[in-house]
Amino acid sequence: MNVTVCIRRVPDTETRIRVADDGVSIDASGVKYIVSPYDEFAVEAGLQVTEGLGAGQVTVVTVGDAGAAESLKNSLAMGAHRALLLEGEVTMDGLATARALAAELAEADAPLILLGVKAADDDQQQVGPMLATLLGRPCATAVTRLEVRDGDVRCHREVEGGTEVVDLPLPSVVTITKGTYEPRYATLKGIMAARRKPLERRPAQLPPARLRVLALEPPAPRPPGRIVGEGVEAVPELVRLLREEAGAL
Amino acid sequence: MSAAGVLTEPMTMSEYGSEAKMESGAGVVAAFVEQRDGSIRATAHEVVGAAAELARAMGGKVHALAAGGPGLGAECGQLGGRGAEVIRVAEGAELAQYQAERYAHIVAGMVAGGGYQAVLFPASALGADLAPRVAALLDVPLASDATGLEVVDGGLVATRPVYGGKAFARVAFDASPAVVSLRPHVFPPGTRPAAGRVEVFTPAGGAPAGGRAVDFRAASGGSVDVAEAEIVVSGGRGLRGPENWAVIEDVRDALGPTAALGASRAVVDAGWRPHGEQVGQTGKTIAPKLYFALAISGAIQHLAGMRTARTIVAVNKDADAPIFNVADYGIVGDVFEVAPVLAAEIRRLKSQSG
Ligand SMILES: Cc1cc2nc3c(=O)[nH]c(=O)nc-3n(C[C@H](O)[C@H](O)[C@H](O)COP(=O)(O)OP(=O)(O)OC[C@H]3O[C@@H](n4cnc5c(N)ncnc54)[C@H](O)[C@@H]3O)c2cc1C
Ligand SMILES: Nc1ncnc2c1ncn2[C@@H]1O[C@H](COP(=O)(O)O)[C@@H](O)[C@H]1O
Repeated sequence: MNVTVCIRRVPDTETRIRVADDGVSIDASGVKYIVSPYDEFAVEAGLQVTEGLGAGQVTVVTVGDAGAAESLKNSLAMGAHRALLLEGEVTMDGLATARALAAELAEADAPLILLGVKAADDDQQQVGPMLATLLGRPCATAVTRLEVRDGDVRCHREVEGGTEVVDLPLPSVVTITKGTYEPRYATLKGIMAARRKPLERRPAQLPPARLRVLALEPPAPRPPGRIVGEGVEAVPELVRLLREEAGAL
Repeated sequence: MSAAGVLTEPMTMSEYGSEAKMESGAGVVAAFVEQRDGSIRATAHEVVGAAAELARAMGGKVHALAAGGPGLGAECGQLGGRGAEVIRVAEGAELAQYQAERYAHIVAGMVAGGGYQAVLFPASALGADLAPRVAALLDVPLASDATGLEVVDGGLVATRPVYGGKAFARVAFDASPAVVSLRPHVFPPGTRPAAGRVEVFTPAGGAPAGGRAVDFRAASGGSVDVAEAEIVVSGGRGLRGPENWAVIEDVRDALGPTAALGASRAVVDAGWRPHGEQVGQTGKTIAPKLYFALAISGAIQHLAGMRTARTIVAVNKDADAPIFNVADYGIVGDVFEVAPVLAAEIRRLKSQSG
């Protein structure tokens, strides 16, 4: 069975984020980009599914600019078989992104579509269930482990208070969270092989974004904290402050 | 549906098949009510409260929207006290447990007929699963996990963290209704009572086939989940091993039943704690009233998950640990010495104040 994994290129989580002069985007100078961490879990999940079945290919898809091809190559180097770059501007409007993906995947051979639970830049946590809804497919979110079975996929979901097991009929859409899948490192051999793997490009059928960023701002600085003291002697004062000053106890 | 099988038209009232008679009006705000096993969740009080503040600013009212099993309507009366004018409740025996596709169709149907200016959800696990589906059915964008709402020139503007909390975006909506999910614990529960008229109805059947829940395993210990807790006590690699977690649990126990355990990724990846407890960029994003970071260095990816906590306390033996840059109160010291005394002191305080 073929697996399609939707990935997004995001700034490295270590990167310092500076607001650009336009006040609505980030200053891209010096930013190192990576495949969004949850999407790497999803690529790993996809590889394990095809390896487990001993059949099928993993296709990685991204909506993005020319630079996003780098992220596709990272996934190819991990072991994905083919890649597709849907060229277009990525915005915070996840529904627009989901529409571009849906337009591409509705008629593709994509019985199982995997996404990350959330992208590490816009943190919207929405493209997966939106894509599923547009395609009229069942969807499980925040899945830590999946098992493809005959005609369905068993998903172990992380929910508040425990783990839920859900069986989804195929074709379906699943968003992956951290848990079981440890993304493999790309080997040198993998990186070399990636160069020969197919990477298609075409324009994304991306509708205009309807979520408008008015301003991007650094977080409000937390009021300066204080070191209450050293060692056990400081504990009574800490507890007093928590009750009387912070009202937290 | 188009030929290619992609949903292209927003859902309409008639598709939903509801008999509902809803007065639309400017500034009417819908608030989704989260319930579990028939009890209203704390998030509902926050979402209705935030909706009430918005509606006030926009000159409208709040309609709370709920779905669940028989008897939910009676439970929902309390939401009048939080500011709901009307509470519309879809009741049915088969709705007792959350089912994503079914709930999404019911809620989208209620919204499609409501003429709302804004629709608010909680950004809880359930809300994060449901809100995008409802937005897609309505063909409107969604701003997730907002920490602020304001009305500017009559339109809604949401503030939401991006880049793991390293920046905040203020976003406006070029579509109606504006759909927003709210980070739990950030918005205060509503305090301005309204009529609270409960309208129970039986939703039309039929929704696309969804997943089938076959099993649920509660996290061990059965204590409150880190994402829902008012107080979180997290331990890091400085604890040296899972056998030392009694130290962290002791502090949690002293704080009472509203406190939960959390962990850094280093600890989860080492297999000391379950990943359900991980706080941070690749774990849970939380905003408790009080957060304890015990022997956690405060890496940027950890901060991504907890920097919107109201009060942060850090205990670390390294005075230069980055966690002290965000902590409101810090103690430089050995966690193995400090934590037991901290637990004892909290217990003493609690016993004094009864
Ligand atoms: C893509 C990505 C995603 C990530 N996501 C997350 C995430 O979601 N959550 C997360 O937490 N991390 C995440 N990380 C990892 C993060 O970068 C750090 O490695 C991790 O948070 C460190 O955990 P720690 O603070 O427990 O351990 P350490 O960094 O090893 O810190 C241990 C601390 O304990 C202190 N200490 C030691 N002994 C004692 C003692 N006896 N008493 C008091 N203090 C003591 C030390 O001074 C030190 O500050 C992510 C990293 C990447 C690259
Ligand atoms: N531009 C994109 N191209 C392909 N997939 C994407 C894109 N943006 C988001 N996704 C997928 O949707 C998931 C959730 O993203 P988000 O809803 O933006 O937080 C990501 O982890 C990706 O798997």
